Amino acid sequence: MKIHEYQAKELLRGFGVAVPRGRVVTQAADAAAAARDLGGRVVVKAQIHAGGRGQGGGVKLAADAGEAEKAARQILGMTLVTHQTGPEGRLVRKVLVEETANIARELYLGIVLDRTAGKPVFMASAAGGMEIEEVAAKDPNAILKAAFDPDAGLQPYQARGLAFGLGLPAAALSAAVKIMTGLARAYVALDCTLAEINPLILTADHQVVALDAKINLDDNALFRHPQLRELRDLNEEAPLEVEASKYGLNYIKLDGSVACMVNGAGLAMATMDIIQYAGGSPANFLDVGGGANSDQIRHAFEILLQDPAVRAVLINIFGGILRCDTLATGVVEAARAVQLKLPLVIRMEGTNVEQGRAILAASGLPITVAADMRDAAQKVVAAVH
Amino acid sequence: MSILVDRNTRLLVQGITGREGSFHARMCREYGTQVVAGVTPGKGGSVHEATPVFDTVRQAVAATGANVSVIFVPPPFAADAILEAADAALPLIVCITEGIPALDMARAWPFVRSSRSRLIGPNCPGIITPGQCKIGIMPGAIHLPGRVGIVSRSGTLTYEAVHQLTQLGIGQSTAIGIGGDPIIGTTHRDAIELFNQDADTDAIVMIGEIGGSGEEEAAAYIQQHVRKPVVGFIAGQTAPPGRRMGHAGAIISGGKGTAAEKMAAMRAAGIHVCQSPADIGATLAEHAGALARRA
Repeated sequence: MKIHEYQAKELLRGFGVAVPRGRVVTQAADAAAAARDLGGRVVVKAQIHAGGRGQGGGVKLAADAGEAEKAARQILGMTLVTHQTGPEGRLVRKVLVEETANIARELYLGIVLDRTAGKPVFMASAAGGMEIEEVAAKDPNAILKAAFDPDAGLQPYQARGLAFGLGLPAAALSAAVKIMTGLARAYVALDCTLAEINPLILTADHQVVALDAKINLDDNALFRHPQLRELRDLNEEAPLEVEASKYGLNYIKLDGSVACMVNGAGLAMATMDIIQYAGGSPANFLDVGGGANSDQIRHAFEILLQDPAVRAVLINIFGGILRCDTLATGVVEAARAVQLKLPLVIRMEGTNVEQGRAILAASGLPITVAADMRDAAQKVVAAVH
Repeated sequence: MSILVDRNTRLLVQGITGREGSFHARMCREYGTQVVAGVTPGKGGSVHEATPVFDTVRQAVAATGANVSVIFVPPPFAADAILEAADAALPLIVCITEGIPALDMARAWPFVRSSRSRLIGPNCPGIITPGQCKIGIMPGAIHLPGRVGIVSRSGTLTYEAVHQLTQLGIGQSTAIGIGGDPIIGTTHRDAIELFNQDADTDAIVMIGEIGGSGEEEAAAYIQQHVRKPVVGFIAGQTAPPGRRMGHAGAIISGGKGTAAEKMAAMRAAGIHVCQSPADIGATLAEHAGALARRA
């Protein structure tokens, strides 16, 4: 789960990470008041779940309250397009009004799970403000790393090693160690999958401050963090993905024209791949899971059809726990309920496949049954063209 | 003709009285697996569908000589179940549970790695030696005893590959689903090493997906050590970066873990990589058909 910058900063403050004073507002007039409280000179930052906001015009400096109001008026309600939003952009509903800082240097700090080592790894780079992927591509040696045990945490000596490696002055050392160990404690305590401060700034008077912050939370651990669940912003998620999540379905919208419904994540990805291989393009990823019931199948079907770009539907089910007759029943009910007009190709294999095929045949619906995956992909792509 | 599990395997089911554990314990037994014990804390002394239930794994092992545990415990308690099995020194632990918090695995993994136990999973379909022993949630009927080893991060895509082989009359020595999570016990490389050493495995099918670098590490191992034919497929060639595709570990992050990178590394290692998932069986038949059809 992603959260906003202002939420991430609020959380990190609780772990001793220095962040600028600021306030989040939804009205331009409130931005002026916030600026006055913060001493006049502020930065106004769009709050959306995507990076690259500055380049898209979503971050503006303001010298006083009047300018802050003007900046907020420009940003609030704009559709911000960045390299992470896609061409459709994201509507800005909130801005963060923050005090400005006197920047001497910009650095990068981040924590992710190192899959090979099986533990969190702290990364630091002197190239603050740049995305870490870019740094990694240009010069992997410019990234300093320290893996740490989740329960022991990042040790002070590790943080000192990173701080010296970044060339921080001795006067800033203890502040830097405090921020690094705090970020590491936050990563573990909140069950993050990513915790990032970019940039971390060093001021002329040797203060160290998190100017930006990004936190992604582990969905699988939210059961033990009910208060973090509240931070979810449904406005930032695609409506169909929100709808799908209500029914325990894993749906990701893509930009093709062949909708697909599959059981299992690996087979769902492989089905997207084979649609492309056959000359089409997948409209979505949809994993209905191993134990879907006919109700879930019906909801899944309805969600697929709400995407206006869809020209045909491919259902590919390898029945194990999910039986083919259950699938067929759900599909027939759904196709009747929505009065399906689009071509539908179904490929089923596995448990109770004969009963499933009989249900489809008896339905009288214009469903094309495919022999195997290749046949299914070719038939559905032919139906689109 | 198999790795890790066979007809002598004595299976313990952690979470046997739950809905999933109960159903799949029955399916495994019907396939022919010796299900010798179950563990559900607080239900020790009872009998669940003819299987004795114990409070702890140690008790179950002492009483029944179980040598493999399969875990169907809900996600909040699954890492603890893995640790309990490793503490009881079971040689093999298979964790089916999907949705374990990543940091729970990061905490459990150092102990499991230093223990005498091998872990398969979590978030995996399990392991099957066709005709002998099924441990997990895969449909047993699609398998055929034979000489091709299969290792995959996915469940249903593994069934797809098995089905294609069986349709061609090509049997499987053992099929392992290693799981779709970021931290897993047995990796592609580990499984391939076992298949490479197994005298009864003649060819290997390796199925990967986007995210992580397990496929690249396996490819490097294959290039150095494996002379048996290997066929590969990577799911997620059309997956967008930055989105988690169902599995917790299936994500292209920071431009790393793409299907293209993995396929290139595998081709460079001499693996026969197919671009279409429909070609897995045919590619194996083309490059190892004569070997693989050997009785």
